[in-house]
Amino acid sequence: MNWSNISEFFSMGGYGLYVWGSYGVTLICIVGEILLIKNRHRTLEKQYGLTHDINKKETTHETTS
Amino acid sequence: MAINWFKYSSPASFYSLAGKMIPFFTVIAIILLAAGLYVGFFVAPTDFQQGEAYRIIFIHVPAAWMSMFLYVVMAFWAGIGLAFNTRLSAMFASAIAPTGAMFTFIALWTGSLWGKPMWGTWWVWDARLTSELILLFLYIGFMSLQAAIDDPRRADKAGAIIALVGVVNIPIIYFSVQWWNTLHQGASVSVNQAPSMATTMLAGMLIMVFASWMYSIAVILKRTRIIILERESHTAWVAGLQKKGTVS
Repeated sequence: MNWSNISEFFSMGGYGLYVWGSYGVTLICIVGEILLIKNRHRTLEKQYGLTHDINKKETTHETTS
Repeated sequence: MAINWFKYSSPASFYSLAGKMIPFFTVIAIILLAAGLYVGFFVAPTDFQQGEAYRIIFIHVPAAWMSMFLYVVMAFWAGIGLAFNTRLSAMFASAIAPTGAMFTFIALWTGSLWGKPMWGTWWVWDARLTSELILLFLYIGFMSLQAAIDDPRRADKAGAIIALVGVVNIPIIYFSVQWWNTLHQGASVSVNQAPSMATTMLAGMLIMVFASWMYSIAVILKRTRIIILERESHTAWVAGLQKKGTVS
């Protein structure tokens, strides 16, 4: 066990800025990428929702069907 | 029973296969990440020379390896897509690029934050660092070139050219530390000689490498599924999916 208390862990032997700056940005990148994919997926569903409604509207108002 | 090798080269069947695989890789990635971070911070000892700063290695090396490996995989699938005109191969190459670019950025960022305390500088035009920066530009070039062309099939072909041309950069990155007298250290882990690292440090690093590999597979499969839906929206099977409301 390398750390005796929390503050020692965060100071990281005086290199806290560099270590947590690296891990923090990596976490932001990973979470960011996952959010971007979820967002791209949601816009896709919205697009489908639109095309789905348009199709439905067209069919309901058609007199011939 | 003849194996139909090409069964999963059709977007529709690959879509469902990928859907089944994503949760599996996600769970493994999370487990390995937790294990790797635990070993990295609580098992691996303090380095006699670098103190605690060396713990950046647990994300710097995996990110750097992934940035090179993903580019080779991307160039491979882009090449296959170009040669055999297979849509799914090109879709897969497009799905890899963002994750590869992210790992390249992380490798550069963590390397710079490691270099400041150890080398006394954020950046130096060293052969290893410069070729990795070129790799980032190649990824960005690939993505922006594809985004600039409307017709997906033409974008795939153009992207394949830039991906294949850029592959030469990967061995340059890998061997840069031997060919030139670089500030960046040489390979401490290589296939032909025993790693010159403490076992627990090496273990922590390798666990993180596999964790980033599993993560990449899960994310890239997920993005491939979305690209498939985007490009195949005119097909019957996607319309069927959409009616069932299971566009997941």
